[in-house]
Amino acid sequence: MVSLAIQTSTLAVTAALTGVALVAAGLWIARLISPRSFNPQKGEAYECGIPTRGVSMSQFKVGYYLYAILFLMFDVETVFLFPWAVKVRDLGADGLTAIAVFFTILVLGLVYAWRKGALAWK
Amino acid sequence: MYDFSQVTSWIHELLLTIMPEWLAVTIECVAIGLILLTVYALLALFYIYFERKVCAAFQCRLGPNRVGPFGLLQSFADMFKMLIKEIIRLKNTDRFLFALAPYLVILASMLSFAVLPWGEGMQIIDFNIGIFFLIAVSSIGVLGILLAGWSSNNKFTLIGALRSGAQMVSYELSIGLSVLTMVAFAGTMSVTGIVEAQANMWFIFSGHIPAVIAFVIYLIAGTAETNRGPFDLPEAESELTAGYHTEYSGLHFGYFYLAEYLNLFIVSGVAALLFFGGWQPLHIPGWESFNNVMAYIPPTVWFVGKAIALSFIIIWFKWTFPRLRIDQLLNLEWKYLLPINLFNLVLMVIVIVYQLHF
Repeated sequence: MVSLAIQTSTLAVTAALTGVALVAAGLWIARLISPRSFNPQKGEAYECGIPTRGVSMSQFKVGYYLYAILFLMFDVETVFLFPWAVKVRDLGADGLTAIAVFFTILVLGLVYAWRKGALAWK
Repeated sequence: MYDFSQVTSWIHELLLTIMPEWLAVTIECVAIGLILLTVYALLALFYIYFERKVCAAFQCRLGPNRVGPFGLLQSFADMFKMLIKEIIRLKNTDRFLFALAPYLVILASMLSFAVLPWGEGMQIIDFNIGIFFLIAVSSIGVLGILLAGWSSNNKFTLIGALRSGAQMVSYELSIGLSVLTMVAFAGTMSVTGIVEAQANMWFIFSGHIPAVIAFVIYLIAGTAETNRGPFDLPEAESELTAGYHTEYSGLHFGYFYLAEYLNLFIVSGVAALLFFGGWQPLHIPGWESFNNVMAYIPPTVWFVGKAIALSFIIIWFKWTFPRLRIDQLLNLEWKYLLPINLFNLVLMVIVIVYQLHF
């Protein structure tokens, strides 16, 4: 009898392989039975009919990037909160005061970003 | 009463009597994969039909009604049509990333789909950090969407992908914090543990006000996470043609479509499991005979029923609210939902620590 962790991981790998197999097999079947025709116009970008201007893999608005950085910060801190959340019942009031410090810093981060105008879409 | 793990262990024992263990495990894994594939595909087809019928009802139309009785075979027909369409090769795409994107999107939804509990012991991936694993794998999907938009070499797809990326990444925070609130209440991250903790009463009833707030936020964030309803601006058809999957054709596009509908099921399934007891039947303390009658309904029916009911609400959103603008969308998340969510977490923890719940 293998350990539970290995068992579950095997199942997770099975599910992942199923996903990959679904796409690979489906595309293979589609390639076999779908028609094919060649036309230089077909390879053009689907934009408006006339040839596309400039490069499309270009630089983009920095606003998206800011939100991504903010997300990274908050998401990592949420990850840190998870182990505490599991044990919150056992830790009781002491755990609450301990995490309050961490939580305050987390909220201060949001307040700082807000005051700095990082959350305003310009 | 309906413990599915008895069935699986019986099959395992039976296989062990006629073959070595490695072969038995391989056969079981293949069988699990096939079952997963079948359920995944059938559910997606059902959801496409379901959504079209519900949308039709909201708009006083009939919806699909030509193929098969009540149009039931319409989505099968659509699937075959998609299969025989040409997959167009484009000139200026990044070939590798373009091909990789559907794999990532399907992988994310397949892995999170496998975590959902369909009944007692009827669950494929049962980690002791199950719900955490679910959040982790569901965020792979964002990567697929960003790659799809970037590699297509098209302005519409790039804008759609960036909007979608910003939106999904932002609302993932709300989902994470809502889940965190409920994990704190349940005291475990295991999906089985969370469901079993709700045997007597679902969390939405026993969790006091914080659970209700968490549920509402989860539902809003879930709608945004699946790029649906009022938050469908990544593929706002009036401005961006089809958003990040504009350049995909045939079955290539089909996979994005598939994942989108499955994500709707996954989001409502997770809501059902966190707030409405997963496969647990409705129990009201004190009403013994009522509880016994409810326990006779199989858990799978309970789980799928709850998930479909919640999906109905999410589809309802789509026809009730007008589409948001990108700045309104990000404001809603960062200036309203996130502070409320953080406050709600503190509220929940105070309720737990000082034993204010019943």
